[in-house]
Amino acid sequence: MNSTTERAPAPPEARRVPDPAGVTVRGSGPKKRKRSNVPKQSFRARLRRDKQMLLMMLPGVAFLLLFFYIPILGNVIAFQDYQPYLGIGDSLWVGWQNFVDLFGNPDFIHAFWNTLYLAAWQLVFLFPVPLVLALIVDSLISTRVRRIFQSIAYLPHFLSWVLVIAFFQQMLGGAGFVNNVLRDWGMEPIPFMTNPETFPVLVVVQMIWKDAGWAMIIFLAALASIDASLYEAAAADGAGRWRRMWHITLPGLRPVIVLLLILRIGDILSVGFEQFILQRDAVGAGAAEVLDTFTYYTGVVGGGWSSGAAAGLAKGIVSALLIYGANKLAHRFGEDGIFAQRVR
Amino acid sequence: MATTLFTRKPRELSYDPKRPVWKEKPSAVYQTVKAVVLVAFSVSILTPILLVVSTSLADNEQLVKAGGFVLWPERPTLEAYATIFKGPMVLQSLGVSMLVTVVGTILALFVTITMAYATSRTVLFGRPVVLAVLLTLLFAPGLIPSFLMIRQLGLLDSLWSLILPGIFGAFNFVVMRSFFMNIPGELIESARIDGANDWQILWRIVMPLSKAVIAVVGLFYAVGFWNSFFNALLYINDHSKWPIQLLLRNFVVQGSGAADQLGITTSPPPQSIQMAVVVVALVPILMVYPFLQKHFAKGVITGAVKG
Repeated sequence: MNSTTERAPAPPEARRVPDPAGVTVRGSGPKKRKRSNVPKQSFRARLRRDKQMLLMMLPGVAFLLLFFYIPILGNVIAFQDYQPYLGIGDSLWVGWQNFVDLFGNPDFIHAFWNTLYLAAWQLVFLFPVPLVLALIVDSLISTRVRRIFQSIAYLPHFLSWVLVIAFFQQMLGGAGFVNNVLRDWGMEPIPFMTNPETFPVLVVVQMIWKDAGWAMIIFLAALASIDASLYEAAAADGAGRWRRMWHITLPGLRPVIVLLLILRIGDILSVGFEQFILQRDAVGAGAAEVLDTFTYYTGVVGGGWSSGAAAGLAKGIVSALLIYGANKLAHRFGEDGIFAQRVR
Repeated sequence: MATTLFTRKPRELSYDPKRPVWKEKPSAVYQTVKAVVLVAFSVSILTPILLVVSTSLADNEQLVKAGGFVLWPERPTLEAYATIFKGPMVLQSLGVSMLVTVVGTILALFVTITMAYATSRTVLFGRPVVLAVLLTLLFAPGLIPSFLMIRQLGLLDSLWSLILPGIFGAFNFVVMRSFFMNIPGELIESARIDGANDWQILWRIVMPLSKAVIAVVGLFYAVGFWNSFFNALLYINDHSKWPIQLLLRNFVVQGSGAADQLGITTSPPPQSIQMAVVVVALVPILMVYPFLQKHFAKGVITGAVKG
């Protein structure tokens, strides 16, 4: 008796009552189909219902507009002869002239090639280190040793670049610890921190010191998610240590490796701003000038606002193209990359 | 036979599956190589820190004997710290850094939490806003336009220029949002039926459930504010508004006009004084690190996997 009345369709008035929860309507796919007889609320009704949540978005949206989207529009000064006292509205438009000047400027070309050179060093010598560290840590049996090492390895990531450079100076600088020891032994001090020729090595070592341990974290997570029974089965089939690494571990890590590589490639023109600006005085612009420092010294220090903005914009566009291309390449190899939109 | 079909449990492994015991013994060579790598890496990280802290605590006599650096202070003294705190600069910049860190972190948490909650619970404008945030991970507006914006807002030489650009981070937003999305909708639904509005739900239900992730994200923000030096280099000219990192850069990394900038007249060995400034910038991080460390692996991994 009861069950039959319940099964009868709800009267239309009841259906129009706004869904108090709201949440279930936005649930996953199959749920939606079940409730398809509930008419969708009008846009205004939903606006009223979600009023408070929309209000909550305001501070964040204001931030995005103020410090991200409006400044992006501010890049138009790259096409102007920008004069601070005239402002964007009254400054003269010069078309592509700033870019033409820039690509004729040997300093810019130098900064550009220098950036690529340093990025290549980082890609070759920096990228594999966290992976190797993660493989070693993952193979540790003692969780205690593991945890102690992880605590130590993550720490430098939280130190500022100023501190890191200060540490390196105290260790390797002209009056630093290592050179003091060398002098005590009657040897010539080595200018680790001021030698332009070995600067790329120094930069990579500093980056390894600061971030290799931290970068390991994501590989460790990926390693932990590889199905252990695969190893078991492979071992039962007679696969040795290296075979298992080659055929199980590395394929398991492939999506993560590809993702990180894409991000690295998109970032290739930003080799490490603070690190370079801090050391530019010590090794000289010849070795430490990169696109970011060029932008800073041309634009802010030198007052060449428009050329600075043009350099920054050129860099931004090339980076975007690089990341897009790398992602395309990843899709070509059957990986997700970054833009894979899996519906949750 | 029939019973085993129904009572079968996953077999528990009594060994590490990557190193099956029936196959091989741990090789001495690999063990040694691994140990050497791990120990060398750890030592390279810990030595500079120990060196700096020890040198800042060492007394004059030992410093002179050791030629500038000390690995272990024999008679620890706080003389160097007394010296740097005599002048106004170090205290001032510490105050600036602390103020910026505290205010910045609170604001950042407010903006990130509200934004993450709202975009995780409403479809209205939620998706486009999330996409708009994710774009910030791929592009940057560029140095010069950002600088012009700050100048346009009249924030040059104001501490707000150190705070406002850092109050929202896309990565932290993603971590926070994916955490909120995992909170069961039924919980929020039932609170709404009981008459709670969204602010009450956020404050009374969602936030207490997300203490861990709020702690991690908050500490990430705090570390970011404490460590930032480049914003100050760009936007702050007034020496009395320098944060500690900028002071550190001018005093230790560039080593320019050190003593008189700090307002120091007496001159104990400069090495220990420089090290004392380094330690002053280092200690807050070392203090929060243990709390941070407990949570962050989890936080980061949620963000990375669910992103």
